[in-house]
Amino acid sequence: MDAEREVLDVLARNAREDIDDIAAQTGLDADAVAAAIDALEADNVVHGYQAVVDWDRVDEGKIRAVVEINVELDRETGYEQVADRIAKFPAVDALHLVSGDYDFAVEVLGETMQDVSRFISEQVAPMPEVTQTVTHYIMETYKDGGIRFEDGDDDDRLSVSP
Amino acid sequence: MRLSDRARDLPESGIRKFFELAEARDDVISLGVGEPDFSAPWAARTAAIDSLERGKTSYTSNRGMAALRERIAAHHERYDQPYDPADEVLVTTGASEAVDLAFRALVDPGDTVAVHEPTYISYGPGIELAGGERLTVPTRAEDDFALTRESLEAAGAAEADLLVCCYPNNPTGATMTEEEYAEVAAFCRDEDLRVIADEIYSALTYGTDHTSIATRPGMRERTVVVNGFSKAYAMTGLRLGYALGPTDAIDAMNRIHQYTMLSAPTTPQYAAIEALDRCDEEVTDMVDEYNRRRRLVVSRFNEMGLDTFEPGGAFYAFPDCGGDDEVFAEELLEAQGVAVVPGSVFGEGGEGHLRVSYATSMRELKEATDRIATFVEGRD
Repeated sequence: MDAEREVLDVLARNAREDIDDIAAQTGLDADAVAAAIDALEADNVVHGYQAVVDWDRVDEGKIRAVVEINVELDRETGYEQVADRIAKFPAVDALHLVSGDYDFAVEVLGETMQDVSRFISEQVAPMPEVTQTVTHYIMETYKDGGIRFEDGDDDDRLSVSP
Repeated sequence: MRLSDRARDLPESGIRKFFELAEARDDVISLGVGEPDFSAPWAARTAAIDSLERGKTSYTSNRGMAALRERIAAHHERYDQPYDPADEVLVTTGASEAVDLAFRALVDPGDTVAVHEPTYISYGPGIELAGGERLTVPTRAEDDFALTRESLEAAGAAEADLLVCCYPNNPTGATMTEEEYAEVAAFCRDEDLRVIADEIYSALTYGTDHTSIATRPGMRERTVVVNGFSKAYAMTGLRLGYALGPTDAIDAMNRIHQYTMLSAPTTPQYAAIEALDRCDEEVTDMVDEYNRRRRLVVSRFNEMGLDTFEPGGAFYAFPDCGGDDEVFAEELLEAQGVAVVPGSVFGEGGEGHLRVSYATSMRELKEATDRIATFVEGRD
C-alpha cells in the first residue's frame, strides 16, 4: 500500500490522530505523513475533517431529513448545473446523484422541522428543473460515519486471559 | 472428596494471580487479554442464528460437518497445506481440544515432549495429563524468540519424542521464516521427532505470510497442525478449532474425540462455514487494524526505553522490562492501573519481559502506553 493510502486509512477511521501517531501506526516517518496529508488535501481527496455528532444528545440539537428530488433536464441544464444550485444552500449537508426512482438524494440539516419544510417548499421545490420532492425526516440515528451510536463499553472479556 | 494425584498435582496457572489482581480494581486498562477485542463477523453470527432458527441442534459427524471440513481443507491451500477433508481433518471444540487430543494420541507414558518457551501455558499440563514429560527449550531474545537448531540441541531435544511448535507465538508475537523452519525441520527429521504445530494465529501476520513447519520436506507425515476460528475470526467463545494431519494421527485423535466429545458444537460449525465463505474482508480489516496498533505499541515501548523487537504475528508485543517482570507488572498495576502479564508466566526465557496485548482499542492503547511511560519515568 502506498503512503497516502495508509495515511488515508488512518484518517478515515480517526481524523484527530496526530502526525506522530499516524507515523507510529503506519511505520512512515513524520515528514512523510505530513507530506501525504498535504498531497491528499491538495488533490481534493480529503475535503475536510468533521466530528461524527449525535445531534439527538445536544440541547438545541438539529433536525435532519433525507430528501428525494426528481428533476427534468433540458439541453442547457444537466445534473451538474442542478447539483451546483442545490449544493449552494447552506442547509444542504450532503448531496448525491443516485440511481433508481429519483435523481438526487439530499441530506438537509435544520434547527426545526419547520425550517426544513420551509427550505424544501420555498427554496428547492420552486426550482424550474425540480419536478418532485419527497422528504423523509430522520427519526433516530443508529450508526453514522461507520460509528454505532450506543452507550458505554460492552467489552465483557476477562481482564487477563492466557 | 479424594482427588486423583494427577489433578492434585496440576499447578494453578500463573496468569490466575494477575487476573485476580486486575479484577480487584475497576479502573484498569487491560493489556492482558489473550483474545480479540472484535466480535465475530456479523455474517458468521447470523449464520449461527439461522441454524438455530432452522432447528439445527443435533450432533454432527464425529469429525465435523463434511461441508466445513471441505472448506477448511480448501482454506489451507493458501498455506500450501493440502489435506484430504475426508480423513485428514478433524473439527474440535476449540484448538485447545485439538492440542489435548494430539497429546493423548501421540504421547506414551514416559515419552519426552520438547516445548519451546516462553509459550502458551497449556502445553505443559497437557503433556503431563497424557503421561509425558516436558522438556523445555528456551528461545532467546537475541533470536527474536525464534526456535533454532542450536537451542534445540542445547536443551537436549535430540532425545525427545515430540516437539510442540507455536508460531506465530503467544506471548512473544514471534514468527518463523521458511529458512528458520528448514533448520528446525531438518533437526526433527534427523532426530526422528514428531511435531504438534499450534498455528492458531496463522491469519494474524504482518508483512509476511504465515508459513507452516508441516510444509517443509518430510514434515507433513510427522506433523499434526492445530488451528481454529478463535483468533482469525474473533470467535473465541464459540469454541471451534480443528486438526490437520496424516490419516493415522487424525484417526487416532478422532477415536478419542468420539468418546470424550462426540462432536464439536453444531452452531459454531455453521458460523465457521459462513466465516470461511464470506468473511475474508473482515479478517483483512482486523489484521490491518492490529498492524497499526502493533506499530504504535512497539514504537512507544522503544521510545520509553523498553527494548521491544518487532513481532511478526499474533497480537502481542514482548518488551524487555529491564528487571523482574513480576515486580514490574504488579507495581505497574498498583501505580497506574494498567494490567500486563509478566513474561515468566509463559516459561523459561520469558523472565524480564512483559506480554502486552494490543487486542484493545487504539484509544486505550494510547492511554495505557502513556501511563506506562509515566510509570517507567518514575522508576528511573
